[in-house]
Amino acid sequence: MAADDYTLIGRPIPARVDGAGKVTGLTRYADDLFPARLLYGKLLRSPYPHARILRIDTCKAAALPGVKAVITGADLPRPFSIMPVNQDEHALAIDKVRYVGEPVAAVAAVDEETAEAALHLIEVAYEPLPPVMSIEEALAQPDNRIHTYNRVGNVHRVVALEFGDVEAGFAEADYIREDTFFFQGNTHLPMEQHAAVAHCTPDGQITLWSATQTPHYVHRALAAVLDIPPSRIRVIATPVGGGFGGKSDPFAHEFCAVKLSMLTGRPVKICLTREEVFYAHRGRHPVLMWIRTGVKRNGAITAMHFKSFIDGGAYSSYGVATTYYTGALQTVTYRVPNYRFEGLRVFTNKPPCGPKRGHGTPQPRYALEVHLDKIAEDLGLDPVQIRRPHLAKPFSMTVNHLRITSCALDECLDAVVKRSEFLQKHRRLPFGKGVGLACSAYLSGAGLPIYWNEMPHSGVTLQLDRSGSVCVFCGAVDIGQGSDSVLAFTVAEELGIDPRDVRLVTADTGITPVDLGSYSSRVTFMAGNAAIVAARQLRERLFAAVAEHWGIPARHLRAAQGRIFAVTDPSRSMPFAEAVQRAEAKFGTLSASGSYTPPPLAGKYKGHGVGPSPAYSYTAAVAQVDVDPDTGWVTVEKVWIAHDIGKALNPYLVEGQIEGSVYMALGEVLMEEQVFRRGVHKFPSMLEYKSPTFLEMPEVETILIESLDPEGPYGAKEAGQGPLLPVIPAVANAVYDAIGVRLDEIPITPEKVLKGLELRAKGQVARLGPRGIPAFAFPPPRCVEVPEEWLVHLPDAKTRRP
Amino acid sequence: MLRLPPFTYLQPRTLGEAVRLLAEQPPGEAMAVAGGTDLYPNMKRRQFEPKYLVGLRRLPELRFLHGDARQGLTIGAGMTLTEVSTHPQVRQGYPALATAAGLVSTPQLRNMGTIGGNLCLDTRCNYYNQTYWWRQAIGFCLKKDGDTCWVAPGSRRCWAVASSDTAPVLLALQAQVTLLGPQGERTLPLAALYRDDGIAYLNKGHAEILTRITVPPAEGLRMAYVKLRRRGAFDFPVLGVAVALRLADDGTCTEARLALGAVASAPLLATEAAALLQGNRLTPEVIEAAAAAAFRPARPLDNTDLTLAYRKKMVRVHVARTLYQLAGLAAPAAL
Repeated sequence: MAADDYTLIGRPIPARVDGAGKVTGLTRYADDLFPARLLYGKLLRSPYPHARILRIDTCKAAALPGVKAVITGADLPRPFSIMPVNQDEHALAIDKVRYVGEPVAAVAAVDEETAEAALHLIEVAYEPLPPVMSIEEALAQPDNRIHTYNRVGNVHRVVALEFGDVEAGFAEADYIREDTFFFQGNTHLPMEQHAAVAHCTPDGQITLWSATQTPHYVHRALAAVLDIPPSRIRVIATPVGGGFGGKSDPFAHEFCAVKLSMLTGRPVKICLTREEVFYAHRGRHPVLMWIRTGVKRNGAITAMHFKSFIDGGAYSSYGVATTYYTGALQTVTYRVPNYRFEGLRVFTNKPPCGPKRGHGTPQPRYALEVHLDKIAEDLGLDPVQIRRPHLAKPFSMTVNHLRITSCALDECLDAVVKRSEFLQKHRRLPFGKGVGLACSAYLSGAGLPIYWNEMPHSGVTLQLDRSGSVCVFCGAVDIGQGSDSVLAFTVAEELGIDPRDVRLVTADTGITPVDLGSYSSRVTFMAGNAAIVAARQLRERLFAAVAEHWGIPARHLRAAQGRIFAVTDPSRSMPFAEAVQRAEAKFGTLSASGSYTPPPLAGKYKGHGVGPSPAYSYTAAVAQVDVDPDTGWVTVEKVWIAHDIGKALNPYLVEGQIEGSVYMALGEVLMEEQVFRRGVHKFPSMLEYKSPTFLEMPEVETILIESLDPEGPYGAKEAGQGPLLPVIPAVANAVYDAIGVRLDEIPITPEKVLKGLELRAKGQVARLGPRGIPAFAFPPPRCVEVPEEWLVHLPDAKTRRP
Repeated sequence: MLRLPPFTYLQPRTLGEAVRLLAEQPPGEAMAVAGGTDLYPNMKRRQFEPKYLVGLRRLPELRFLHGDARQGLTIGAGMTLTEVSTHPQVRQGYPALATAAGLVSTPQLRNMGTIGGNLCLDTRCNYYNQTYWWRQAIGFCLKKDGDTCWVAPGSRRCWAVASSDTAPVLLALQAQVTLLGPQGERTLPLAALYRDDGIAYLNKGHAEILTRITVPPAEGLRMAYVKLRRRGAFDFPVLGVAVALRLADDGTCTEARLALGAVASAPLLATEAAALLQGNRLTPEVIEAAAAAAFRPARPLDNTDLTLAYRKKMVRVHVARTLYQLAGLAAPAAL
């Protein structure tokens, strides 16, 4: 089917299926649920960053009139974590607290005021321990251990991998450069605070309504922690008012709401305050990075060595995956024939870090793209010349065994360079004005599930009604990215009906087929594919019934505009509903299921579970900035961004995701920092944690490049995360172009810019950033041979192979 | 969500009744509330737990604005910041006041918040503007529930920051304020309302109500307000620069007043800087000298957004820029 044959797919349709409800206030978020006899839960949190719990006395709290239940860690003793390895969290701390804000006890009461008053009556005796607040402190204090299950000190995870022969690669280089960078941690800041309502009914059935991106994983974690068969637990993800990765873990308030409901027999709601959202966190890891790259005179990379030192906060969360992600995707944008990656994640006494839009890849992407900008300058190349000839090629393998399918990074790069007039501006604008360029790549869904299994990653069931309406059942959660709209449009496209005749039942583990969740940019790709499979099955049955009725071959039929047509005889058509009735008469009740399982992508080495994806999206961006040399103020004037989306199922939705990514990236590069003082979060509020408003948002020119991925639904790839990646280094590179100061540390605040200008005025090195990396002896790397397919695209590598 | 502590809301019908209701209670037990945009969030975080709130919102005696640049202006303290910033006589005759009022927080909060409330705004500090729980985790502070100033741990005073946008402008315009209390009415220069102390930052009895602001005639004055903050909305100032100047036909400055916000616990009049302008033409040399003089007394500390060294540097830059702008000169290109 040619692209132009689609009626809905590819068209800019402004009507999101969730739009009207959200703008009129009809949408019911978790905190809008008020079941009869509702109790209100609240969590008591640790005021210490690191302390032993000597005892907890809840008697006075339990005796307060209106209090219905009080629980502590002893009531929920089983551990959990999103990843099967390192099950190191408890719903309520046991024996020890590891960050300010860690939940210690929970209360259910008749109203919030009583619950709050009860928290003040809980007596906890702590023995404070010295806190560990940074990567350097974590490594310097191996005996001051935050956990004891990890092998050494406060080291959570160490990774050392080598692909190809890095030493030989550096020996071949004409030029080698080393740089260090620091990316400060930041948080997701969703508009909706986390909230959950649990109800345990007398028949022992448990329902949890929760603002979560991963109802399936919450379902599994609840069963494990509560020791209840998962068949008795139903998790319903309520419409999520912004997630960005911050609602992807199972959380204390979810377990506590369920436990409190089990104890009281009444529904219990826990809605976090804004301050508590900062403690729940799971946001961007602070990462200290070192990168060494060898290049030929023309910019071709001969070898790269990358080290990341990752501040994980108090628990593992997704941290094992994060660690690998800081090293995984460097090779997916530029051809790197020899690559060594060493990564280290440490525990610190801060709220746990986790996945935030781009999960572990924005930090290395920032480092790599600024590093390349410096190498280009050193070699006398411009930022396009150093990238353009060495971009990843479609249908190739990377040195670290990642399979690239469609790839239009070259078109993305050309598009932003042309539209922004980058080459006419770069190094040519007046002092204070500058342009910067960067490229990136991201996954369209993780190739492997979080827990090992061979089942599909996404499933869709469709049920047809005699009225001609279709009900879609799918476990996917719409967190604002538009996945519900994609499901409705996909099914409507395949069946040739109006999307308004499609109803959606989503994200309900009691009813809908499993979808693994809204993370890793996987939903449109995987649930979209599952929906196509299911819809085509149904269409086949409708066509069979109609073909039989008309006495013509089914292959002559088409579904469009709410009717079934015979292509051979345009006078013949019947309404969709009539076709449904004929098919139901022929086959019985009509339903169909489809599912999607990614192809086997895992390589043959340990650690290859992180990075593979059925397809990669590509992005290039140019930022133009104005830097006020007196105040250090950086104003982003415009961002040009080109994104290889594969196929834009709905350009409006795609542009919305890209603009949102640009906005979030600008917050990270210029303002946002999750920082601590005296062990406590410095400003856990939306007023003082600075994140841009739309007054700070520059014009964004979005260019969609369609490379039609063979694996994606209609050729589509992801848009939700990848476009964030190049914006951060593009701004840093633009600031350098504007004032000649290298900001090797983000956020780029006015005081840092001013400091850099002062250094420059004094004739010193105009750079702000880390001076070095901690002395840490990584183990010898696991050496992995380059994949066979690699040779196809890098012929000169052949000569080096033994 | 954070809940308000329990309190009784009293709705007086007259100003006199409001004063009486406040006077009947010991200090701290009753507080006046107008827009509530500062007080209610603070109550949720337990900076204040009054038993009674005396509502000023419906008192017609506080809701007026008359006069113009020629006669001077009288503003009822209950006028909202939106009303002040959009009023034609304010915009025309006192543009810096319209600017300052229009830069407070967000449109929604300006629709509720009043000019009187903005002048009486509680001083701010990022060790203080936190929840009770957070302050408990840090060990409380001098301004509320504790005995240490975490900004300057050796200090016996509190260094919370005067964060009003309208106060520096009204200081530069030599406004007077009228307070009504149990002993009757008194009028004082706005400068005399403030004390450079983060805790006792107002010279005002607990039962006294700020009722009106009187601004002298401003015909022929050049004035400006510049606000430094990270974002174009929401944020309190990390620096406010208010300037009022009169220039003779030959360009000589015959009258000059500069006031700074957010650099101390009170809005500061930069008198030394003003003296350097007075009697001189606003040449770049004079402007730079005045900016340097304004910069010296500013003593920001590490308790708001942006670092203190940066904020102090910015006093000089923004005072100079404001003066260049009012003098009709282009600021010199930096570096």
